[in-house]
Amino acid sequence: MYRGTLTVHVPSSWTNRVQMHPHDEAERVVEGVINGFLLLIEAERVVEKQVDFNPDFLKNMFSKIDWKALADASKTMGYDELPDEVPDPSVLDSQFLQKFHHALLELHLEEGTLVCPETGRRFPVNKGIPNMLLHENEV
Amino acid sequence: MKLKQLESLLGNLQQFDNPKIELEQYPTGAHIASRMLYTAENSFGDVSNKVVADFGCGCGTLGLAATLLDAEHVIGLDVDDESLEIASINAEDLEVEMGLIQCEIKNLRWQGQIVDTVVMNPPFGTRKKGADMEFLSTALKVASQAVYSLHKTTTREHIKRAALRDYGASSAEVLCELRYDLPKQYKFHKKKDVDIAVDLWRFVPKPKHESSS
Repeated sequence: MYRGTLTVHVPSSWTNRVQMHPHDEAERVVEGVINGFLLLIEAERVVEKQVDFNPDFLKNMFSKIDWKALADASKTMGYDELPDEVPDPSVLDSQFLQKFHHALLELHLEEGTLVCPETGRRFPVNKGIPNMLLHENEV
Repeated sequence: MKLKQLESLLGNLQQFDNPKIELEQYPTGAHIASRMLYTAENSFGDVSNKVVADFGCGCGTLGLAATLLDAEHVIGLDVDDESLEIASINAEDLEVEMGLIQCEIKNLRWQGQIVDTVVMNPPFGTRKKGADMEFLSTALKVASQAVYSLHKTTTREHIKRAALRDYGASSAEVLCELRYDLPKQYKFHKKKDVDIAVDLWRFVPKPKHESSS
């Protein structure tokens, strides 16, 4: 698994919210891609990396996260400790925050693919870096 | 961390082996990078415990400066995979973490208000006209709290107008004017070193309303 070579990563919950659209796409739809879809993950190699626990940061992030997407992405990456239902924000206890922390910040997709559920467009991930360059005919 | 220490660490980073002229690849330089991030953190609190994105990160100088000033998470974005490779080596050398994404900034949409601060040294638009404005426009869409950017002083009025009128900025301030020392990198540079006046800008985006996803 982890060989200690490259330590850079993009946790799944960040990358799968990144989308590519042509600059002046206001009225246009690129191959049926409509703003609002999150990318699916096909994981080939996942690396677990230790990150300092910061509960204030986590509580702040909790309200910004699409819970279902995070839970699904984590499962795909081999971690299924997150509850499927969105937890009540008023009861974010330490035990929950540890799991949230792990899923959000410590699971890194080293090798795999991000897939747009709308178009099937695939974005490869190599050495932890997703390639999201659009082709000529997509812009 | 003290400014001098930050500048020293950044000064030891690896830079472009073969800078690509069409992408306007110039190293940001430890002097400017350290002052930019130091100001962002010490004057405005825009770095520590924040999510920071470095647009057009190149070899990662600005993003890595953010990690050294205790950003919670930093993501660098660049179109060039060779630069990203160097950025990842630099992160490893500093023993810090930085997420990297290969993409074109102008096509970027980032769902959710995840990114607090965008830092960038964008292309000036000398090779690809309007590149600087594309970066600024996207940065103001993505950042929820602040954008720090460098633009030629000669474009100051144009930048201010575009940011406030067209790109959704609620404020656009020049924090200081710097001399950007560009070493002779490309064959067409006649002088040995080119020294241009750049403005360090801080833009604040208007609050965004996120539709439920």
